Amino acid sequence: MTQPDIRDQALSTALLQRTTQWQAAAARSERLARERASDLADAAQLANDYRLLAHDLARARRLMPDSRMRQYLEAAYARAHATLYREAYRPAYALLTLFRDEIPEVARWLTPYILWATAIFILTGLTGYWLVHTYPDLISLFASPDLISTVERGHLWTEGILNVVPSSVLSLQILTNNIVVSLFAYCAGFVFGLGTLYILGLNGLMLGAVFAFTGQHGLDGALFRFIVAHGCVEISVMCLSGAAGAAVGEALIRPAHGDRLKSFQIAALRSGKLLVACAVLLVGSGIIEGYLSPRADVPLGMRVAVGVGYWLLMVILLFRPAWNDAAPHTPPTTTSPEAPPKS
Amino acid sequence: MNTHGARDLVVDSVTGVDLTLPVAGAGARCYAFVIDWLIRAILFSAWYGVAALIYNGRWSFAAPLSPDTRWFVFVVAPAAAIYFLYHIVLEIILHGRTPGKRMAGIHIIARNGSSPSVGALLTRNVFRLVDSLPLFYGVGLVATLVTKDHVRIGDMAAGTLLAYERTGIDLPRPPANQARDRILSAADAEVANDLLLRWSTLDPIARHRLARAIISRYSGSGASLGGDSDSALRAQLETLTQGRPV
Repeated sequence: MTQPDIRDQALSTALLQRTTQWQAAAARSERLARERASDLADAAQLANDYRLLAHDLARARRLMPDSRMRQYLEAAYARAHATLYREAYRPAYALLTLFRDEIPEVARWLTPYILWATAIFILTGLTGYWLVHTYPDLISLFASPDLISTVERGHLWTEGILNVVPSSVLSLQILTNNIVVSLFAYCAGFVFGLGTLYILGLNGLMLGAVFAFTGQHGLDGALFRFIVAHGCVEISVMCLSGAAGAAVGEALIRPAHGDRLKSFQIAALRSGKLLVACAVLLVGSGIIEGYLSPRADVPLGMRVAVGVGYWLLMVILLFRPAWNDAAPHTPPTTTSPEAPPKS
Repeated sequence: MNTHGARDLVVDSVTGVDLTLPVAGAGARCYAFVIDWLIRAILFSAWYGVAALIYNGRWSFAAPLSPDTRWFVFVVAPAAAIYFLYHIVLEIILHGRTPGKRMAGIHIIARNGSSPSVGALLTRNVFRLVDSLPLFYGVGLVATLVTKDHVRIGDMAAGTLLAYERTGIDLPRPPANQARDRILSAADAEVANDLLLRWSTLDPIARHRLARAIISRYSGSGASLGGDSDSALRAQLETLTQGRPV
């Protein structure tokens, strides 16, 4: 047996004597993955375990690449790594930070996209209005036969809706539907922004077309009366989620952070935070639409006040100045904090 | 490539020792999805069935002709929540795992090898809207088949992937016939091996002193048992480095 062989054999044997330490390290990282460390020493020991496992794994890979020992060490090392790099679980603080710092920052970043999305929505809305105003038969492209016949009879489809469905159920149905549409507008940005453009355009066209159609039957005022309380925020949220989707699409068309995949990931994770605010805002809109909008006894002034007030609340939530300008400002992450994978 | 035939994700670590994670392929993902789908379909049906029976007060699962708030709050909403929030809730609570993924032996990881963040898990699940198009997760299935890490669109957006969990690996036991205090530590093993490698180049007095120091630590009685000649010391040291007691 040559000297290097003897050395390797001795190292392998010595390595095998450390199994109890590996098992203790694996048990500790398993435990700390589920629960908090009992004290500082307990947490610090995990870092020591990580180094120990890394050291021994490097040796095992060289000395015994096809052994069970190596497999065990790979697993224990991966587990220790995952536990060590796990984000702190502080849900209340995370929510506070999200709404206090992160969402306004994302909204400021998305401002150009929001303006573009709003412009597209308004433009398509005006187009829809002009189309149906000029060619009334085209309403069949945008509205269901039931809706058309109801309006032609001189009624809005929203009248008496509370006689059919209770407010709570109506709210739940509406907010669920709106949240799904908003999420879809965001996800559809994956198709290089075309999906988002389609959803924004279609909704704008429909709104404009329905307003033109109800106007032809003298019901546009009633429709505005129904929409104004919840619609200000609901339509704004459509533009916000469209903006998030547009940012995702642009990241794929013009990657700003290395490759397309990385840019897509950064844009999706960052703009996705706005969707949380959108979902919360849509819950409020759904409640207004279920409880307030269908009621005939609520005057227009109150509807406008609720709609504009809620919209202002949304603007404050999204675009208020930074919480503490004096505090050191961390610039938005332009590259992933994660260690890049090698392959 | 790993033992499952898929590639490994290699991640840098501050220790300088790369982390290798076996990436799960489309088969394992489909297996996990089908199990999860069955579980949530059973839970959905069970809730709906029991709640509908209680609501109707008779042997009927049918929805009432004019459903009221109670029907939606106690029957429809919880059943829908079980079905649609199953993945989101369980993946967050179980740190990237679901019962189906456990059975398939896989779990979700971030690309840096850590557990994915809540934001990443939410993003991953929101993109199911795209992955599930047009039917039966068609987009997601094609994406997992054609991408090198076998990821669907949601994983690309969230920076996650599915990796095999290496569990149930039995460690070989150290030789049982040795007392623990007679086994070379890794540090002593290195010294002993360096000493053997440089044996002929060292001054005899120095190498004897070093050899005796190491052997005495592991010989139990504190003295070398095989004699003090040059060849005897070397032989004892070699025996020790081969994992046998001196």
